[in-house]
Amino acid sequence: MRFGVVVFPGSNCDQDCFDVIKNALKQDVEFIWHKTTSVDGFDCIIIPGGFSYGDYLRCGAIARFSPIMESVIKFANNGGLVIGICNGFQVLLEAGLLPGAMMRNTNLHFICKYVDLKVDATDTPFSSGYNKGQVIRIPIAHNEGNYYIDDKGLAELKKNDQIVFRYVENPNGAIDDIAGIVNKNRNVLGLMPHPERCSEKALGSDDGLVVFKSILKWLDDRK
Amino acid sequence: MFEAQIKVTLKKTVADPQGQTIKHALESFGFASIDQVRMGKFITVTLKAKDSAAAKDESAKMCAKLLANPIIEDYSIEVKPL
Repeated sequence: MRFGVVVFPGSNCDQDCFDVIKNALKQDVEFIWHKTTSVDGFDCIIIPGGFSYGDYLRCGAIARFSPIMESVIKFANNGGLVIGICNGFQVLLEAGLLPGAMMRNTNLHFICKYVDLKVDATDTPFSSGYNKGQVIRIPIAHNEGNYYIDDKGLAELKKNDQIVFRYVENPNGAIDDIAGIVNKNRNVLGLMPHPERCSEKALGSDDGLVVFKSILKWLDDRK
Repeated sequence: MFEAQIKVTLKKTVADPQGQTIKHALESFGFASIDQVRMGKFITVTLKAKDSAAAKDESAKMCAKLLANPIIEDYSIEVKPL
């Protein structure tokens, strides 16, 4: 399978994602510079973490209008798999591919640590390798991870089983302990924790690799 | 030439952790009368337009497209000729 990692000015988790796909998942992977206007030939697009455009105005607000995003939105609307991690999640929210918005952490601190997550939805291309209710450890590293959505939107997320990961102990004030969600069609995932930072045993944990293995299995099953 | 002064603020229904923290800091200095502090952004845009109504209209489009996130933020615009 062929994975693409989008690179904005200020992305800084792009190399980690690339490395995991190439060396841990052993699949083809390429960087996609944000000025590119096509994602043809890719099976999955990764929007990595970082500080795209310096997080100016709002996190992800400028990156969302990068030339590449138009084709990413089209790709997603045609059912293509898109995963946004941390800043990538913020970009997907700003782009309207996922509902809600991101606010500053309630304690106003940048939080960088391992957290426990509960897997609440396994019926997605990104989480099928986990067991429902399983608790996994994945690091977070963000200042704006306080997920917000209005009551109506939250009810919709719950009704459609779109909340994939929840914090066991809420670190940032996110509504309903939300750490990661999928869109209604379940082909777009956004999550604040960094699975690419814990996908090899040598790094202390490979709990995150299951996300990428789940994607691969989903793609393999459909080829 | 006109100057649009744009205020972007969090909606009243959205919690504001920065405003809360500023309020606590002010209270620690003895300002006991504070009811609420809300934090927002102030943006000035200078632009060419045929009149102030047109300048305001153009600024509103900028807010809707980029400057504010309608999910969590409101905006207000004041235009003055330069």
